[in-house]
Amino acid sequence: MSFEKFLFYLFAAILVGSALMVITRRNPVHSALFLVLAFFNMAAIWLLAEAEFLAIVLVLVYVGAVMVLFLFVIMMLDIDLATVRAGFIKHLPVGIVVAVLMLVEMVLVLGPKHFGLTKYAAPEAAPADYNNTAELGLSLFTQHLYALEIAAVILLVAMIAAISLTLRKRPDSKRQNVTRQHMVKKKDRLKIIKMPAEEKG
Amino acid sequence: MEDMKTIYLILVLAPLAGSVIAGLFRNQIGKAGAHWVTILGVGVSFLLSAYVFWQHVMNGAPVFNENLYTWMVVDGLEMHVGFLVDNLTAMMITVVTFVSLMVHIYTVGYMAHEDGYQRFFSYISLFTFSMLMLVMSNNFLQLFFGWEAVGLVSYLLIGFYYKRETAIFANMKAFLVNRVGDFGFILGIAAIAMYFNSLDYAQVFSAAPDKAGETISIWGDSQWSLMTVICILLFIGAMGKSAQMPLHVWLPDSMEGPTPISALIHAATMVTAGIFMVARTSPLFELSETALSFVLIIGATTAFFMGLIGIVQNDIKRVVAYSTLSQLGYMVAALGASAYAAGLFHLMTHAFFKALLFLAAGSVIIGMHHNQDIRNMGGLRKYMKITWITALLGSLALIGFPGFSGFFSKDAIIEAVGYSQITGATYAHWLLVAGVFVTALYSFRMYFLVFHGKGPRDEHAKDHLKESPAVVTVPLILLAIPSVFIGWFAIEPMLFGDFFKGVLHVASAHDTLGEVGKTYHDQIGFISHGMMMLPFWLAMAGLAVAWYVYLMKPSIADGIRSRFDWLYRLLDRKYGFDEFNQAVFAGGSLFIGRLLWNVGDKTVIDGIAVNGSARSVGVLAQAVRWVQSGYLYHYAIAMILGLLGLLFWFVVR
Amino acid sequence: MISLSEYLILGALLFVISIAGIFINRKNLIVLLMCVELMLLAVNINFVAFSHFLGDINGQVFVFFILTVAAAEAAIGLAILIVLFRNRRTIDVDDLGTLKG
Repeated sequence: MSFEKFLFYLFAAILVGSALMVITRRNPVHSALFLVLAFFNMAAIWLLAEAEFLAIVLVLVYVGAVMVLFLFVIMMLDIDLATVRAGFIKHLPVGIVVAVLMLVEMVLVLGPKHFGLTKYAAPEAAPADYNNTAELGLSLFTQHLYALEIAAVILLVAMIAAISLTLRKRPDSKRQNVTRQHMVKKKDRLKIIKMPAEEKG
Repeated sequence: MEDMKTIYLILVLAPLAGSVIAGLFRNQIGKAGAHWVTILGVGVSFLLSAYVFWQHVMNGAPVFNENLYTWMVVDGLEMHVGFLVDNLTAMMITVVTFVSLMVHIYTVGYMAHEDGYQRFFSYISLFTFSMLMLVMSNNFLQLFFGWEAVGLVSYLLIGFYYKRETAIFANMKAFLVNRVGDFGFILGIAAIAMYFNSLDYAQVFSAAPDKAGETISIWGDSQWSLMTVICILLFIGAMGKSAQMPLHVWLPDSMEGPTPISALIHAATMVTAGIFMVARTSPLFELSETALSFVLIIGATTAFFMGLIGIVQNDIKRVVAYSTLSQLGYMVAALGASAYAAGLFHLMTHAFFKALLFLAAGSVIIGMHHNQDIRNMGGLRKYMKITWITALLGSLALIGFPGFSGFFSKDAIIEAVGYSQITGATYAHWLLVAGVFVTALYSFRMYFLVFHGKGPRDEHAKDHLKESPAVVTVPLILLAIPSVFIGWFAIEPMLFGDFFKGVLHVASAHDTLGEVGKTYHDQIGFISHGMMMLPFWLAMAGLAVAWYVYLMKPSIADGIRSRFDWLYRLLDRKYGFDEFNQAVFAGGSLFIGRLLWNVGDKTVIDGIAVNGSARSVGVLAQAVRWVQSGYLYHYAIAMILGLLGLLFWFVVR
Repeated sequence: MISLSEYLILGALLFVISIAGIFINRKNLIVLLMCVELMLLAVNINFVAFSHFLGDINGQVFVFFILTVAAAEAAIGLAILIVLFRNRRTIDVDDLGTLKG
């Protein structure tokens, strides 16, 4: 077994293990942290497959942004774990049966018979000056420019949507309205009344 | 030429303008305004018609045939609005506008105290416009426009008293019966458009002789002569409009309308549109002897049998109405015998004397305070001198008393039919001859019962009986003049002269009028010849019988009635046409309607199509509802099961 | 050498695990969302593997876009989750049956 293969199996084992943890932990915070671990391992496997840029992006975007968001939300919401976990044991057998059946079938389809090294020879290792980021960038900004722009718009829309969905007016919060402060005229605030001078009696 | 075109346009549009003003601004212009504006419009129209008549008939102006406006062009078929003005048109517009003018003036008196005064004037002016469009048309489509427009106005006017149940029934009946005729008519026009690819008279007539031998198959393999099919279809239209058997049933009922209308539309002008149309299309009818025979037999049958019904009617207007049916039968018979000129001649004389009779009847009705039963009248000559004299003149003209206009026209028809050689001519001839006796009998029965004998049988009537006002009597007098004299002056040019040269087309084999013309020398000769013929003596006999039976010995009438009870009942029920139509056509339609309503509508459409589809959607939705649980994991499991199936297929493949 | 088959089976394993996760955590919306992320990851590894073995950079472009859309989806999903929780005080899927007829 070569070192490369050893690394692959190591990462794959941690990946599968942490994925199992994700779906079985009671506490969603633990689930999220295991998911982070799974992402790290996946990034490592992608490095083995010479997809360096995506591996970094996976860590930066997913671990750095999406998973942090998940954690925020989980901690922000006051989740009643008891009700949420109800039915876990009841549905476990069904889940396992379905999963095993599917796995067997998938392995049969995807096994070495169809996708083994004899069918798909391992590619040559890339030369030392190969730059995955440059290659990907070249493809993205030429061939897929239009799709890239659409993806950008989707992200923008998602951002606006997320903000507008969660934004709410808090009637009880004290805020300044700068515009109204500037619009104030003297007569709005000041009232001059005439009154007789005090007489000395 | 250009100024003539302007004249024609003004001639047609003046009554329309009057109608629109009287109809749309009736509250602004009031009663007097309404009759002044319409009388002015029709008056202008009449004066221009007289001028046109003068130009064409006396000065021999060339035939005017021009398209004024192209309505549409569809796949090479051109539809125009245009005028064809020749001697026939000139005669028709003069008659139409003259009678219309008389009726307008008369209406001022007749309708004085009725509601809807302005509406009435608007309608009759609209009618005048439509009739002018009809007779001045130079193509079949505009003819059809005028044809339908006069039908519409007729419908509106029969139902003028729209609060009266019988009037509504009558106008619906007129409308429906006319639809039957018009259906044939428009099929005929469609056949012309199909085979001639033109609707223009001149083009169709010039192309017609080439198509004389053509045959078409309507259903199956049987071959029909194209000309026969076209002519009979056109004539079915004429049967509806000119009330020929069996489509005559609407005309007696149309008497529900006001009397001036009965005079104008249902006696003098509209009902003669069929006669006019057949005469106008004589180049087509001449090519089909079968169609001519059909026309002849229908006309003669109508002439005799409708006259018989007139004998037993008691409503003064209905007697005149059946007389109109009978006279229309005479005209149609003349057309069938190819004596188009005689038919048109009778059309003209009949327009005058029948309008006169109707207006005289209207005058009597005014005097009797809208009591129309002739059994309640009697001795009216003492109270209504002018009405009496003019009605007598009209009746004499109607029965064909020598020297009166009706004599010339009717004798010419009978003689022409006598010379005809086509199938059914002998049958037609004898019916027409016998019809003369019937005509005299019913005319003078009515005349004697109304104007002679002992005072009004209705005692109350005596107190208020008096002569009608001048607006009523002046038109009577003006109509009496042509009723008496027009025949004398017109017979020579119209029947035997060049009046209709180039307008009417008569095949040499059918030239029955030419045969009549051989023995014709002058009016006096024609009269003395006529006085030796059977029709004259039959007319005199009819007159005498009427005098004896209804004036001298009224008991005889009752005796005959009880002796021939079956005949009386047959006539009184008008041969059962109404009952037959009511039972078979109306009842059949109702039955089919109910059947379609119950089976087609309620069961199939409502039950199966509408509610059924709704129900099946409901049932389907109930089933789908079970799948659409709303739980995410149900959907997920469905998806995964599908995926499993797909993978399984991959594996075992 | 690592064969393509090994990458694909790893992907299949991850996919199956996430499906099982959806089944057994059917009430917890947050974990459901995480399972979806995991599932996308399983898809992505397939793309990366094929890209590597076929020498075609377009596979990685796909992954790039999937990551983009997944990020957007996670953002909106969580936003909806927050609004939901704010209104209903629960994230139990079973309670979200208002639209059911």
